[in-house]
Amino acid sequence: MSQTDSKAEGLKGLIEDWASDQRAFRVPWGKAMMWIFLLSDTFVFSCFLVGYMVVRISVTEPWPLPTEVFALTISGQSIPLVLIAIMTFILITSSGTMAMAVNYGYRQDKIRAACLMLVTALLGATFVGMQAFEWSKLIEDGVRPWGNPWGAAQFGAAFFMITGFHGLHVSIGVIYLSIVALKILAGHYEKAGNYQIVEIAGLYWHFVDLVWVFIFAFFYLW
Amino acid sequence: MQQAQSQGQQHPIGLYLKIWALLFVLSTLSYLVDYFHLEGALRWSLILIFMFLKAGLIVAVFMHMMWERMALITAILVPPLCLLVLIMLMASESWWTFLTRLDFFG
Repeated sequence: MSQTDSKAEGLKGLIEDWASDQRAFRVPWGKAMMWIFLLSDTFVFSCFLVGYMVVRISVTEPWPLPTEVFALTISGQSIPLVLIAIMTFILITSSGTMAMAVNYGYRQDKIRAACLMLVTALLGATFVGMQAFEWSKLIEDGVRPWGNPWGAAQFGAAFFMITGFHGLHVSIGVIYLSIVALKILAGHYEKAGNYQIVEIAGLYWHFVDLVWVFIFAFFYLW
Repeated sequence: MQQAQSQGQQHPIGLYLKIWALLFVLSTLSYLVDYFHLEGALRWSLILIFMFLKAGLIVAVFMHMMWERMALITAILVPPLCLLVLIMLMASESWWTFLTRLDFFG
């Protein structure tokens, strides 16, 4: 694993430098690749949020108040943002169960690790379900990507784009976690005794939670 | 055992549970900012403080960043700083657009 000092120049040197056993990150390749993917995903979500910032600053019409748009009436009382708050707590809880799954994975406790991952996936599916409810409620209220009854037309475009892309990530995460959990239960990692895959899947899941922290702050609370 | 897992990140569950509880508290606090209709600079600074605390806890503990080597930490956390430049450029540009729109349509 030591670094090789290539003396070759030109094309041969290029090939040797890229092909030889160079190593910067002392983590398994899967983990390094997941981190690099998450870094690129950070830029994707940041572009959406910056785009949202641009329209929110530059519109002259009033921006619809999220606290009123996302209020739910429960037993005659209008509670601001209540569904979003519950969704936030569900996602944080799923991050907690995911962290515990990683711990049990490294202890070779495959039943507990897989079950906690399935619980995480179930919480994620609940989150997506509540988001579907929120979307259908807003569509019913007349929110469209090109307009809404309360003010700046760009509200709908930003809302559907940002929460839609996040919801897509959660849905993919649910599938990803379920596949890994079922593979663990089926004993795919038994022979190698290496449950690193749980930590790598966990990185993706925590990232989805991380993105929601920013969406919650900038889109729903701001 | 220790040797076989030397590359993995194993930390006590108690720590995860504490961070989990902390994230719950921080989320409740940021929800209360909206619930009590705080306004202006106080609202925005509280939202940002709670957001960065939550994000920091998730990245540092749940994603194990605080236990990784410096090479990985810098490779992942430094590039997003470019976004600050993008945010500043786009913010000043959008204020310009806003003022121009006020001039022509306002």
